Amino acid sequence: MVYLTRIEHFNAAHKLYNPDWTPEKNEEVFGRCANANWHGHNFELYVTIKGKPDPDTGFIFDAKKLGALVQEHITDKLDHRNLNVDVDFMRGKMCSIENLVVAIWNELEPRLPAFAKLHCLKLVETAKIYVEYYGEA
Amino acid sequence: MNKKVAVYRKEHFNAAHRLFNPAWDEATNSKVFGKCALPNYHGHNYELDVKLTGVPNADTGYVMDLKELSELIKKEILDRFDHRNLNLDTVEFRNLNPTAENIAIVIYSLLRPHLPEQLDLQVRLYETPRNFVEYPADDKS
Repeated sequence: MVYLTRIEHFNAAHKLYNPDWTPEKNEEVFGRCANANWHGHNFELYVTIKGKPDPDTGFIFDAKKLGALVQEHITDKLDHRNLNVDVDFMRGKMCSIENLVVAIWNELEPRLPAFAKLHCLKLVETAKIYVEYYGEA
Repeated sequence: MNKKVAVYRKEHFNAAHRLFNPAWDEATNSKVFGKCALPNYHGHNYELDVKLTGVPNADTGYVMDLKELSELIKKEILDRFDHRNLNLDTVEFRNLNPTAENIAIVIYSLLRPHLPEQLDLQVRLYETPRNFVEYPADDKS
């Protein structure tokens, strides 16, 4: 088994805000991240697939095609958007990177070919904060 | 002999913005600014490099105490812009498009009055790892 990682990026606005709570409680729990008018980040998404290199191409999956797939289904929907407002697969969810990485997995995993299993998603929010997700299993 | 030394302090802030000229219609904004004009904002991790150039002080050996510079940047820039919407939450960009160019000029203007006159100031602002600007463009050092 070989692991192949493709990195894509997107710039987006969001806020951490629970609509069931008062503004004061949101401020207490989320601090500046609860700012009503949003803030934003340059996000980086690391998509790692695993598989066996094809004997004819030497590839698990053409990294350029993997990039195009991630762009079409994920980053084109997120880039220069507001994650709370503009993204169909984040509607009704808290916009933490934990929830975002799981939602991206659920969008991307079914669209990959059977020979390229999704192994890990790493989502970097700032130079100091990132999450990793390996799926439910 | 030129004994001038350049010292740098790096800071960062995360903010939302959009590029939009209110004098234009939506179509023109979209044509000129593309995705950056989308109405619900997007955001960046801004990285700020502040450069001071001058002769080190004879007593301290410092061009400027970088801790003092850091505190000044925090007070004047980060407290103002971090986790804000530049278009909505700041007076500086109420009537000014928050491009990286304009943000760099504003940061320069906010810092300059608080720094010793004999030191040259230059600001470099990264909007993304690949897009960055410098102000002033003329490097006197």
